[in-house]
Amino acid sequence: MRCFQCGTCTSDCPIARFSDTYRPRQIIRMAQLGLRDRVLNSDTLWLCAACFTCTDRCPQDVEVASVIRVLRNLAAEKGCIPQVFREEASSILETGYAYRIPDLRIKKRETLGLPPLPKGNVESIKKSLRGVSFLKHLEKKEN
Amino acid sequence: MTKNKYLMFLGCAVPYRVSAYEISARKVLKGLGVELAEMPEFNCCGLPIDPVSHETMLILAARNLALAERAGLDIITLCPGCAGTLKKVNKMLKEDKHLCKEINEHLQEAGLEFKGTVDAKHILQVLREDVGVKRIKEAVVKPLTGLKVAEHNGCHILRPKEFIGFDDPEDPQTLKMLIEATGATCLDYMDETECCGAPSVGVNDKIALQLARDKLNNMKKVGAQAMITICAFCHIMYDTNELRIERMFNETYGIPVLHYPQLLGLAMGIKPEELAFNELRVDASKILKQVCEEGKVYA
Repeated sequence: MRCFQCGTCTSDCPIARFSDTYRPRQIIRMAQLGLRDRVLNSDTLWLCAACFTCTDRCPQDVEVASVIRVLRNLAAEKGCIPQVFREEASSILETGYAYRIPDLRIKKRETLGLPPLPKGNVESIKKSLRGVSFLKHLEKKEN
Repeated sequence: MTKNKYLMFLGCAVPYRVSAYEISARKVLKGLGVELAEMPEFNCCGLPIDPVSHETMLILAARNLALAERAGLDIITLCPGCAGTLKKVNKMLKEDKHLCKEINEHLQEAGLEFKGTVDAKHILQVLREDVGVKRIKEAVVKPLTGLKVAEHNGCHILRPKEFIGFDDPEDPQTLKMLIEATGATCLDYMDETECCGAPSVGVNDKIALQLARDKLNNMKKVGAQAMITICAFCHIMYDTNELRIERMFNETYGIPVLHYPQLLGLAMGIKPEELAFNELRVDASKILKQVCEEGKVYA
């Protein structure tokens, strides 16, 4: 990683403006130094809004938001998965949609003159996702 | 060749929370002669899962692209997140044969294959590139002259530039051009390209609301009568939270949050009730009155 710690990412980060703890530059530094446990256990890792401002403005072409995503994926592999993502993942597996759309809402479409909502092909989705380690992990946690 | 038929990919947030966006977009696209086919089956674009599993995101996005390829149509989305994700994965799989093979092994389990033969575009890109500002101006029968609005692009329609690439993330022009095409004035304001805060809702609501407040303050300063969005999440963030922010921070805004197709629809002479203005939480009656009275706009 070619980061030279200029801090462009942190100074342009909309979240850092209002957070006392979230500093993308710090996260990148911890990753460079190999402080694995510290960075993966850090709550601030989940504050990134994935707006990609840091990625687009980094003078060293570090894909900051993508590095943070990789770190989050690693944290998730260890079982650190915030509830909101668990819910979305299980909703996708059960309905195809990331949110559970209430029946009333689906029925209302007709009165609003909208075409029926396409159904999620849940069996097919599950087949496509066969062997994805993340999902095994989810099941383990749910049991 | 101008394309006129697309596969409508609704995504999750639009049917879940913002039917006004869908209703107005369908009306406007129809009026502009853009034909829509519906996705035969559906799964989430993958973006919400990317933070915890990049692999799952890739497979989900590739599935959608493979389904669109079967239908032989390019995808149109209303959500910038969906468009951005499908665009990004399309490019990644086309450029990385090894990755493509890996993802296709997953899709084959369900009898699908990604070939890389279709494109995915957000409605904004379709309006700019395929319909064109000229055709939009021709469709405007009731110019919204005198109406002063502020645009909010949101993040995923602009960044990362490497994958989205049809507008300048530092000085985006597409939405402005499309707003000006309706006859309304699009105001400049501070921090226009800043995030709405929606992705932080649920993780840290306070940060999210402070971001939204900042934007609203900047729009108020320049005298915006309405905010124009093109993203389901940005719209939810502002429309749902404006009153809450007013109470929480002791502010007053009264800035209605319109989906761009609602604004364009008004200029195309479509009645407000057909554009689902009644679904908006922040009262838009003041600007509707201004726009609709005797078919003219009073500044």
